[in-house]
Amino acid sequence: MGAFGQALQFIGRNGQVPGAPHLPTLVHLTLGTVKIAAIGVGISVAIALPIGLWLGHIHRGSFVAINLGNIWRSLPSLAVLAIGVAFLGLGLRNVELALVVLAVPPIITNAYVAIDGVDRGAVEAARGMGLTEWQILRSVELPLGVPLIFAGIRTAALFVVSTTTIAALTGYSGSLGDIINNETSYHLSGVLGAAIVIAALALVVEGLLAGLQRALTPRGLKLSKRQEVTSALAPLVTEPA
Amino acid sequence: MSPLLAASGPVIPNFGGAPSTYACERANRLFCADWVTRNWSSVLWPALRQHIVLTVIAVAIGFAISTLLALIAYRRGWLERPVLIVTSILYTIPSLALFELLAPSFGLTRTTAEIALVSYTLLILFRNTLTGLREVPAEVKDAAAGMGMGPMQSLLRVELPLAAPAIIAGLRIATVTVISLATVAALIDNEGLGVPILTAISGEVFKTELITAGAMAVALALIADGLLVLIQRWLTPWTRAGR
Repeated sequence: MGAFGQALQFIGRNGQVPGAPHLPTLVHLTLGTVKIAAIGVGISVAIALPIGLWLGHIHRGSFVAINLGNIWRSLPSLAVLAIGVAFLGLGLRNVELALVVLAVPPIITNAYVAIDGVDRGAVEAARGMGLTEWQILRSVELPLGVPLIFAGIRTAALFVVSTTTIAALTGYSGSLGDIINNETSYHLSGVLGAAIVIAALALVVEGLLAGLQRALTPRGLKLSKRQEVTSALAPLVTEPA
Repeated sequence: MSPLLAASGPVIPNFGGAPSTYACERANRLFCADWVTRNWSSVLWPALRQHIVLTVIAVAIGFAISTLLALIAYRRGWLERPVLIVTSILYTIPSLALFELLAPSFGLTRTTAEIALVSYTLLILFRNTLTGLREVPAEVKDAAAGMGMGPMQSLLRVELPLAAPAIIAGLRIATVTVISLATVAALIDNEGLGVPILTAISGEVFKTELITAGAMAVALALIADGLLVLIQRWLTPWTRAGR
């Protein structure tokens, strides 16, 4: 049987290795990965979304919002984790800090671009109808900006899932990265099995967020802008130099 | 992989000499400048050089593949969707997982690292090149045809130059992405700036090495990005004229 067959068996055994019954289960480690990723994305959205939305609403700070995105792309996640370890030591605190550092910029940049780019005519019409600034943001700009805002969150979430596994290299345990980082106990089949689960997890997260985005996008927007954002990367990729 | 790391030796080397020497390293202070100067030529510079080589190879191969695909998709539209779907899936797979998935087939070699790194450049480069080409105004293409240019001449002398800003924007993202992921690739091929990072983190944490190698990776990405901006300005002087 090939290495991949054994890896699938490892997944089927829920991450147990014959002769080593005390190992944490695959389900447990997957949930651990989801947990730290969810905390990371949650904190990042809580910080970044209000900033990005507000900057976009007042059409200020484009320099900061755009350049943040550019600098963000240049930050190697392993380097961020490594520098964090030097200051904070090993553990959850450092991992979450790195996740937030890596996830905040794309959310801010995309939220800014989304709201800043909402048709000014629609906003003026809403203002003319007597909507307050808050109402404009909530019921005009936010729905129209959903595709781009979500593209940012999707990019950030993928990045976070990917980085949680790298975090295992920096001594954080409790995620799927543990298996990849411990070939001695898990053998090649375990490492491969964990890699398959991580890849699947990333695709599932991407799919779920894409579905949520579709559910939140106003129907009119879906009809007029079909295929506008096919991937989490669209806005970052096509942004001009 | 872990056996590799274990083989790379103790984190804080046996410094030797009297206890008074290397006091900074022994105390594991945040940053020991002496350590950096002493290990620059034996550890840091080779790692940096390997990192640059890894990156250049990956971006060059990725650029060749995705430009070819983009040019075909530019003429034959049906190719766009399948290429986008495949490259999006590749892009979505976390780097550590992809390296491990490729390792059984291609071994713990530079080839494995490069295959993974190239696969991360494809989506970005393909998409940007194709978008850049499609956004060339139809009137400009008509004018080129009117001047007697054939399709190939028009592509090389009109369409590709006009798409250059988008293409180079793609190259910028691809390059910094590869620089970032190449640190993780150290697990597979034991070269690049990931090596000092992983060495300094396995066993007892050695702060100076972590900070130095981490900062070098960040600096390399920022410098590469800046260089590509300069190249773009130099190649497409007309983009500045209107501003």
